[in-house]
This record gives sequence, C-alpha cells and structure tokens, in this order.
Amino acid sequence: MSIARRRSRTGERVIIGGLFACAVLSIAVTVGIVAVLVVDAVEFFRESSLVEFLTGTVWAPGQGSGEGGQYGVLPLINGTLMIGVGATVVGLPLGVLTAIYLSEYASPRVRGLLKPTLEILAGIPTVIVGYFALQFVTPSLLRPIFGEDRVFIFNAAAGAIAVGLMILPIIASISEDAMRSVPASLREAAYGLGSTKRQVSLRVVVPAALSGIAASVILAFSRAVGETMAVTIAAGNSPKMTLDFFTSIQTLTASIAQTVSGEASAGTVRYNALFALGLTLFVITLAMNLVSARIVRRFRQVYS
Amino acid sequence: MTQAQIEAKGRDAVPEAPADPVFRLDDVHVSYGRFLALRGVDLEIGRNEITAFIGPSGCGKSTLIRCLNRMNDLIPGAKVEGRITYHGQDLYGDDVDPVEVRRRIGMVFQKPNPFPKSIFDNVAFGPKVVGMRPGSMDELVERSLRGAALWDEVKDKLKQNALSLSGGQQQRLCIARAIAVSPDVILMDEPCSALDPVSTGRIEELMEQLKLDYTIVIVTHNMQQAGRISDRTAFFTAEAAEGSGDRTGLLVEYDRTDTVFTQPADPRTEAYVTGRFG
Amino acid sequence: MTTSASAADLAPSSLRRGATRSGARILVDAAFSALLFVGTIVGVVALATLLWTIVDDGWARLVADPAAFLTSYVSRLPARAGIKAALAGSAYLMVLTALFCFPVGVGAAIYLEEFAPRNRVTNFVESNISNLAGVPSVVYGLLGLGIFARFLRMGPSLLAGALTLAVMSLPVIIVAAREAIRAVPESIRLGAYALGATRWQTVRRQVLPAAMPGTLTGTILALSRAIGETAPLLVIGLPIVIFSLPNDLRDPVSALPLLIFDWTSRPQPAFAQAAAAASIVLLALLLAMNAVAIYLRNRYTIRW
Repeated sequence: MSIARRRSRTGERVIIGGLFACAVLSIAVTVGIVAVLVVDAVEFFRESSLVEFLTGTVWAPGQGSGEGGQYGVLPLINGTLMIGVGATVVGLPLGVLTAIYLSEYASPRVRGLLKPTLEILAGIPTVIVGYFALQFVTPSLLRPIFGEDRVFIFNAAAGAIAVGLMILPIIASISEDAMRSVPASLREAAYGLGSTKRQVSLRVVVPAALSGIAASVILAFSRAVGETMAVTIAAGNSPKMTLDFFTSIQTLTASIAQTVSGEASAGTVRYNALFALGLTLFVITLAMNLVSARIVRRFRQVYS
Repeated sequence: MTQAQIEAKGRDAVPEAPADPVFRLDDVHVSYGRFLALRGVDLEIGRNEITAFIGPSGCGKSTLIRCLNRMNDLIPGAKVEGRITYHGQDLYGDDVDPVEVRRRIGMVFQKPNPFPKSIFDNVAFGPKVVGMRPGSMDELVERSLRGAALWDEVKDKLKQNALSLSGGQQQRLCIARAIAVSPDVILMDEPCSALDPVSTGRIEELMEQLKLDYTIVIVTHNMQQAGRISDRTAFFTAEAAEGSGDRTGLLVEYDRTDTVFTQPADPRTEAYVTGRFG
Repeated sequence: MTTSASAADLAPSSLRRGATRSGARILVDAAFSALLFVGTIVGVVALATLLWTIVDDGWARLVADPAAFLTSYVSRLPARAGIKAALAGSAYLMVLTALFCFPVGVGAAIYLEEFAPRNRVTNFVESNISNLAGVPSVVYGLLGLGIFARFLRMGPSLLAGALTLAVMSLPVIIVAAREAIRAVPESIRLGAYALGATRWQTVRRQVLPAAMPGTLTGTILALSRAIGETAPLLVIGLPIVIFSLPNDLRDPVSALPLLIFDWTSRPQPAFAQAAAAASIVLLALLLAMNAVAIYLRNRYTIRW
C-alpha cells in the first residue's frame, strides 16, 4: 500500500483564515464603537467641562453650534432612570406573574398560544409602541384617570408604560426558563408534604429561580435604558430634574435623537455632545449587561 | 461454542501468527490527559483476517481501535505512546497526514450515522472528498452497495433520504459508504450492538465476504459474535494500578479465535469466555 | 434544561375539596390564581389594544386609496402623503443589510463552532459578541454616524445605513447560526472524518447544509428586527423628506420607521392617521417575514 503523505491544502487554509477574519470582525466593531464614542466625547470635554457634565442640573444646548450652552447630564440621567424604574415597575410584576403562570399553571395548549403572543409583543417596532403610548395611553388611559390638568400630553408615565410593555417579554421569557429549570424533585418534595400549587410556586420555585429572575430584570432594565423611540415620542423633550411622572422629561436617548434631528454640523459642541451622551449610555448598559451575564453564569452552575 | 462447532468451521486454516501483518503495535500506551486508558499493547493484525477485540466495558478496546485510524487525534488531550506501524510505516510519523490515514483505514460506528442526504449521495460523498475521479460515479455507487449487500433493496430508491432506511439497512449503507473509497482496512466499533438479531446476522454474513477484500478489525461486546466470525481474538481487561482508583486497560491474551475460546492460556480469559464474569 | 412534563402535571388533585386546605387557604389560592391570570392577561390585552389602536386609526386612511398611499412620496398635506420612498428605502436597506451580515455572521459562527481552539482569545471573542448583542441601537447609530457617514465619507446614504444595520444584526445572526451548527450531531462529523474528509470538507458538505434551515430562520428574524429600527437610521441622518428612489449605494434613502416617527411627531390628527396607516404596512411586512421564517423552520429542519 502507498505511503500516507501530507497533502498540501493551502486553499483550505485560506478559507479558514477568512472565517477567522469574520469572527475577529466583531472585535473591530467593538473597537469602532469605543473609538468613535471616546474620541468625540473627549473633544466635547475639551470645550465643555467634565465636572459640569457630571454634576450640572441643566441640559440646554442652546441654538446653532451649541457653544455657550449648558451641558449638565443629570436631568437626562433623571429622565432615563424614571423611565427605567417605571418600566421595571410595570414589567417586573407582570413578567414574573406571566412566568409563574406559564411555568407552573398553564397547560401545553395555553403555553402554545401565550408564548408566541409574547414574542409578537417583543417584536413590535418601538416607533409603533411609541405611537400607541402617545395616541392611546395618554389620552384614553392616563388623562381620564388622573385628570387632564395633571397629565401632560408628553409624560414620563406613558413612556414608562410603553417601555414596560416592551421589556415584559424579556422578563417573562428568561424568568420562565429559570423556573422550568428548577428540578422537579424540589416541587415533588413540596407537593408530597401537602403544599398547594401557590405555595410551591411562591415558596419553592420562585426562590430557587431568583437569580435567573434577577438577571432578567437587570437585562430588561438595561434594555429600557437604551430604548429611544418610544420615549422620544411619548415622554417628551424637556430635560428637567423631577420625580413627577405626569410631566414631560427627556432621557439620554431622546436627547441624542433630538440633537440629530436639529442642526448639528460636525465638530460643533452640539455634535460632540452626542458622543458624550452615547458614551454615558454605553457605559451604563455595558455595566448592567455584564452584571446580568455574571448572575446568569452563576445560576447555570447551580443546576447543571 | 462447542469444540465440534469450531472445528467444523475449519478454523485450523488460520496460521499461527499473522502471515502478512497490516498493523504492528509495539508497547502502545494511550492516555487522555492524566488518565492512562491503555497500557503495554503488543499485537499484529493480519491481512484479510477478521480480528476481534473483546472484553468487559472500559478496558480500552474502542480507544485502541480509534488509534488505528487516528480518530483519537480528534479528542483533545489524547496521547499515543509506543509504536504503531501500518505496512511497516510509522502511523504517527511526522509527515503522516491523518486525513490520508482515514482514507485508507475506514470505520463503521456503533450507532449507524448516515448523512441526512440521499442514499446515492451518502455513498458518493467519500469518493468526492478524497478526490477520486471514477469513470462513472453511478457504477462506483452500485459496486459499493453490492459490496455491502444492500443494492437489491435500494436500487430503485437511490434518491430517497438515507434516514428513511431501517437500522440494519442504515448500517449496511455505512459499510457501503466506507468501502466506496477503496480502503485497505475496515474498523468496526461494535457495529451490531444497536441492531436487532436478524440485521446482525446479515452483517455477520457480509463480513465473511468483506474479509476477502479488506482487513477487518472489530470491537464487540458479544462474545459469541467474536467466536462466530473472527479469525483472531484479542482479550482485554482493566486493572487498577497500585494506589490509584483508575483502571487501565491491558491486553491479556491474543491468539487464534479457537484457541482463545477453547484453550485460553490465561485464567482471566477463561473466566470471561466461559461467562463467569464480564 | 426544561423538563418535558409540565410542572402543572405534578400537582395532585385533592381527594375532596377542602380535605387538607382550610377555608382561608383555599381563598388565598384562588386569589393567587386570579392574580396570575390577570397578570398574564394584561400583557395580552395590551398587545390587542395596541394592534386595535393602530388598525382603528389607520385602516380608513389605508384603504381609502391604497395604491396612492403606497406610491406617493411625502407631502406637507397629510391627505396627499405616501410612503413610496420610505417603503422602497426599507426594502433596499433590508436586502443590502442581508448581503453584508449574512456571510460575515455565518462565517464567524462556523469559525467559532468548528475551528476555533478553546483558548482565551476565543473566549474573549465570544464574550465580546455577547456584549455587542446588548448595546442599544442608538449607539450603533452613533457608530454609523461617526465612522461610516463621517469618517469614511459615505454620508447619510443607503450604504451607510445598510452597514450600520448589518453591524447591529451581526451578533444576533452569529448566535442563531451557532445554535443551528451545534444542533448537527457529532456522529455526522465523525462519519465524514472517518471517510478521509478534512474539517473544512465536512463543514462545507455536511454540517453547513444541515444547519442552513435554522440559520436562515434566525437571519430572517434578525432582519425583521432591523427593519423596524428607527434610532440608528435617525442618528446617521437618513432623510425623511425625499422625492426619489436610490440609484446608487451612495444615494440617500428613507425608511418606513423613520417616516412613522416623523408623522407621529406632528400635531395634525391627519398625520397621526397616516402614521397609523404606515404602521399597518410595516406590521404586515414583519408578519410576512416572520411567517416565512417559521415556514422555513417547520418544513426544512432535519429531525435527527
């Protein structure tokens, strides 16, 4: 029989090199994002003080190139947090209740109907949810209940409800996964002692799935913070330090949207401010995503 | 198997030592990371013979057979020490391409694993990727399917998906696939353990035919199968080294099949083949 | 990870109602079940209300003269405004985005699943991709603005928009493709190697074809998300008012969600109706894409 000799396969090596390049492209993307944000944000901080940015309570870029405007980011952080917290107040209970129902109570047939419904809800484009918030939630829900003089046309509550609906599927889906991963043996032990379904759900399943639920909430909060269109449409464009949910506010993201809609030529303070905002947003969401991922990793270890 | 049955098979035709060894193993040790799976194996595989590896689970039979076509290379941390030669050449030499090795030393697996394609495409896959340019692929596929005793059953449905065949047919398809690349050796890792007795019998018959053209090495848990079809049998067992809990496989006895089954030299072999353990 | 039997099956039915449960307990159980039901139904009702609002507001406007609506450009007069440029723009963007991110995404997935050694570089690339999946879309818009539109001088063009959407969709496609590749059983690869096939031959001729249905499904779903995105395109500066279709990659192009955003932001009720009508078109488009994806998955996925 003939000798087994190494065949030269340079063609294949080239292909594998190409595949490697595709994978490494993702690093290039991250580098691009960080570069673009940092470079222009640094430009911004050269003209406008970093201290004022981090501690100022007025965000008023002013006209034209934006020179001489006030660039304190706190009102925008305020607005972003209001939306984030508000959306979580809406999405968390609804999401967890839905998850418990899907995991512990629902028949396979109901699950088969509910899960696609949640996916549809998650897939609605944010502009359309924003429209819904502006044209229905405020006029037909908030204003009739709380009074027209109390609730502005653009208000944080409508934005929070809209974003809450958008993050509901995330919380429901991940929490449900976490609950279903709880071993049947734990439930059986509780049922065997005479517990009702409610007691098993609340005392055994939910506590066991808590880290998964927590991870889903952080992830959802991060989504809410990064959400742009629904809040731009429904929550308004008035940066202010307030805790009143019925007034108009502005989030970090809405501010970015507003700035690009206006006059923002390259190189101006106004333009560079965009990237300072972007950098802030990026850092916040990245931190939350990392925390969430770490929690998920720890909870997977417990049950695998 | 009784003495009479063995003699009736005319097994005395098997020479004492392999006349024209295809493989020579010298003091072969195989380890996965820090775990020593197999130690000190010396044997020769004879050409156009059926050699069976038998023994209880976990004694390295599958590990050894996978060294013969370098499938063990795919497991991270696997290391082969000692010398394995194939027709006199070092199988693990620096200039040896594992891909070429596998083209000449084929393998059939425990659970039939046809590709999710047509029957024709399954058989034609091997020749295509190794760069064979047969005059007619149709002829090559037919020859291979005939060689696996499957042609008559599938000749009218070559374009049908291979997954629609029965388990026994799928395994014969895997054999056809293997012989399509004209290998020298066919390794079989418990090829019948997932099949019913009827299919098993058909494949055993097939193997008697195949050995005329190929050298066959088979790992089997089924002692009777080894006794029925093999010319030579290697019996393995696993023993723990002193002080360690891990059991390492080792070759106990290797001889003509009738000798191993009727006059085993080692008491461990005798205990196994008479069913007292394993 | 999930148990095949629903947790609901494990609850034993009581022999006699009230046999082991006191009256108070039964009440609490019932109240909890009701709470779960309400919590779950709120999401469903919200979705239904949202869809109803859109259809109710926009249907009349759409069916009054659908041809005109679909083939007219925008106008200051809401009655004459149409979505021609926006719809065509979205279509062009979708095709171009797919062209960019499908090969790169699948290539990266193949490399990571089949060729990448298990080392720290690979882990870093993988966690980087996970992080990119959580970056807000508006930040991708800033990347597009800073690098594609400005630095690479593409301007607010079809090319810049498609590249931005492609980069944004990349992590999602990589995840979907990896899952599809992972679903191919190892026995298939081993069978191919044992015949003397190289790794690349095995991937190209066996693994990839088998993984294609799942990969395509995931890609279509990723694209349908991208088409509903407004923020990145807004930030790059794609126009809303445009009276021609693109002839060239460097031509400016509009998009349907951008138009919906603009119309929603106008005070005139007639524009709100137009926005709703455009939303119906967008939702129909998404529905069609998702239906295709699900059809592909059901029809062509190999059941091993």
